[in-house]
Amino acid sequence: MADYVIEMLNITKEFPGIKANDDVTLQLARGEIHALLGENGAGKSTLMSVLFGLYQPEAGVIKKDGQVVEIRNPNDATALRIGMVHQHFKLVECFTVLDNIILGAEPCKGAVVDRKSAKKRVLELSERYGLKVDPDAKVEDISVGMQQRVEILKMLYRDNEILIFDEPTAVLTPQEIDELMEIMRGFKKEGKSILFITHKLAEIKAVADRCTVLRKGRYMGTVDVKDTSVEEMSRLMVGRDVQLVSAKEEKTPGEVVLKVDGLTVPSKVHKNDAVKNASLEVRRGEIVCLAGIEGNGQTEFVYAVTGLEKPSAGSVTLMGKDITRAKIRDRSKSGMSHIPEDRHKHGLVLDYTLENNMVLQRYWQPQFQTAGFIKSGAVRTYADGLIAQYDVRSGQGAVTIARSMSGGNQQKAIIAREIDKDPELLVAVQPTRGLDVGAIEYIHKQLIAQRDAGKAVLLVSLELDEVMNLSDRILVMYEGEIVGEFDPKTTDVQTLGLYMAGAKRM
Amino acid sequence: MANKPMGARLGNMKSATGTLLASLLCILIGLVVGFVVLLVLGAVTVAQSGESMSFGDLLSTTWHSGFKAILHGGFYANANVMGMGVRMEILQAAPLIMTGLSVAFAFKTGLFNIGAAGQYTVGAYFALYCAIMLKLPWWVCLLASALGGAIWGAIPGIFKALLNVNEVITAIMFNWIGLYAVNTLIYQAGTGPMFNVNTTKTHTLAAASPDSMLPTFNVGNYFGNMFKPSIGIFIAIGVAILVWILINKTTFGYELKACGHNKEAARYAGINEKKNIILSMTIAGALAGFGAGLFYLSGSKEWEPLVSTILPATGFNGISVALLASSNPIGAIFSAIFIAHITVGGGFMTAKLFPSEVADIISGVVIYLCAFSLLFKGSILKLLGGKTKEAKAVKPAKNPGKGGDA
Repeated sequence: MADYVIEMLNITKEFPGIKANDDVTLQLARGEIHALLGENGAGKSTLMSVLFGLYQPEAGVIKKDGQVVEIRNPNDATALRIGMVHQHFKLVECFTVLDNIILGAEPCKGAVVDRKSAKKRVLELSERYGLKVDPDAKVEDISVGMQQRVEILKMLYRDNEILIFDEPTAVLTPQEIDELMEIMRGFKKEGKSILFITHKLAEIKAVADRCTVLRKGRYMGTVDVKDTSVEEMSRLMVGRDVQLVSAKEEKTPGEVVLKVDGLTVPSKVHKNDAVKNASLEVRRGEIVCLAGIEGNGQTEFVYAVTGLEKPSAGSVTLMGKDITRAKIRDRSKSGMSHIPEDRHKHGLVLDYTLENNMVLQRYWQPQFQTAGFIKSGAVRTYADGLIAQYDVRSGQGAVTIARSMSGGNQQKAIIAREIDKDPELLVAVQPTRGLDVGAIEYIHKQLIAQRDAGKAVLLVSLELDEVMNLSDRILVMYEGEIVGEFDPKTTDVQTLGLYMAGAKRM
Repeated sequence: MANKPMGARLGNMKSATGTLLASLLCILIGLVVGFVVLLVLGAVTVAQSGESMSFGDLLSTTWHSGFKAILHGGFYANANVMGMGVRMEILQAAPLIMTGLSVAFAFKTGLFNIGAAGQYTVGAYFALYCAIMLKLPWWVCLLASALGGAIWGAIPGIFKALLNVNEVITAIMFNWIGLYAVNTLIYQAGTGPMFNVNTTKTHTLAAASPDSMLPTFNVGNYFGNMFKPSIGIFIAIGVAILVWILINKTTFGYELKACGHNKEAARYAGINEKKNIILSMTIAGALAGFGAGLFYLSGSKEWEPLVSTILPATGFNGISVALLASSNPIGAIFSAIFIAHITVGGGFMTAKLFPSEVADIISGVVIYLCAFSLLFKGSILKLLGGKTKEAKAVKPAKNPGKGGDA
């Protein structure tokens, strides 16, 4: 009988119309690193929310050290010494690192916070686990990697023995990921138990002992990581064989479609420029990828290219035409399609029907209107065609409200709309963010098809696997500057990581 | 293929039914609350007068001399009075439809037009100036009223679009600027050419410019001989239908709604959201101003520059109309008539016992409940959903027959 520190037995949690967790069991042994694997929407977050007392399950029990416990709210979870590093950090930006760590558990001398002893303790913990932080720095001034270390210290400061990491590597460079893995192994040695939520198989292979797999809310089983191949785990997660690497034929790029020269874009967040003197070219028949860690100016770069923001210097040329100051509609007419980073903010009018979203970029064309009156029949026929061609699934077909569709199908709808415009240049920003493996595979194929059809594709991605897999050329952006250009065939993830972290530049 | 949109259309119809039922439920609850208020007011009045009355009698008094009047609205029993009541109701409903449309139209673009009252005021001035001073025909005066409202609506729109100043703040300020400007222009310390010193109102249209009065229509003697309402109500209904078409059938409406739902996505799609904000507020203002034209050109009421130190209630009631109608232009026709109905009815209650403002309480409660109407809609849809599930179970049996022509 193994020594389980936390057991979640036969947990069922229902939401209206969907069983988010259906008879799920998760047993975390003392001193192990246990991965929780599943696609987006598989029920990982729901399960963790149940463990944290944010949701009450309809069925099932939670045991701590073999005793049945009831976790009614996060305070109960904290009392059971369960701690979590959320995917999106929960830090007070304008507080110092130290204040963030002790927030809610402040040591007091009378009515005064005893920062001195707190600082001593934090430094001690930081030393012991190799979590380098500057306790007096403000959170808004430190790197994402350090912010994550602050989150981890928060858990350690509270003596948590069960540490949950929710997609911790999404925001890190390969080097930082290695460091994090080392830290996790250190915790394991100390006898702490770790739950590691992820959908990246390589990381599980690298660090986890056992792995529990969820698919569509159902428990698919728990496997020993060292006895299970990556392919097997991926099959458990997706339910079928997955082509992890998209095939793509050799192609010689043609004429230049997009030319960006010395682009500088002011930041809306801070006083410095978000993009500094960045130049690039995208030619026919190639996928150029702009890689980098989130928040290094990629978003602003794309905004300036697509017209959502105005650059303060530099020029953007599309097919030999200067479009630096052109209106968004004119850029679109000149052959630019844009799959935006945030599909809810930019990509869709969520309260519009699917058909109305399908014509968002072309409702004004003569095909869809006469004298300002929309031809609803033509819109319906067109939308139905795209829905069939791109296999966009929804409850009620063309008249489904976009809001009610799944993220993957929303993204498919955007991709259908943008590709069907038959653009010369396709700007795709994180086109697969938050999607399941099946949808990712599909979208990758579409992007490659565009490239093979002789279109220019500018891809912005944070996922290095995607970058290596799809691109013909890789440009790394760091703090608003393009710091390196690589051929994916002759470079590796480690090298890219060094440039992404700003440790090296060309 | 043919079945899919069919089912979807049914779904949309269900949603529309849900909205309608939710609004009706709001009205019902509002009426019940109004009745309770009347009951309490009646009891208080009776107690103050030192009389005693059984609860049964109190109920019956509240019903007969209070609540019944509200329910009957303009259609109050007495034939002579009824002619007047119906006329008043129709007279009030027309501008209410317009201000309701004004607010609803702005809502569609994600803007809150709280300035309908000011636009209404300026619209009234433009209409009356064209009528009394320029003696222009009625339809020119009507267009002028829309122009006045449009100018007053455009200003907050321009501030919003170009300087990102909240339209609510600008519109509220322009309500008062408009009101005092109009009063000053008409009164001019008693020397204004449009001002009649004897009545302290503007000159009656009948005397000053009969050509500027809206045509009336005759429904015979059915409601008594006082009944000769203007055609304003029909014009208002026609405009409501036009607005519905504009919003639902045109590329302009598509753009406006896109801006209203998601400004960023509209921008991404190359829609000029600044232009749309200004246009939307301009049209909203024109609608409100037009409403004032319909009211003051009917010849039944004159502007009172000395009394009108409060903003016209029709402007603010437009917000109620739009909310009750869930911003649906066709719904605005019915919700405006409803609000006019209970307002007029409120005036027919036995004034000794019941203040006419109870009608305002009822519409207030109704509007307040409208905020919950989404909640109601949810539960109503659930109830309907139970039924449609049964319907769906039956449906497959019908499908084979349809399959042939699909």
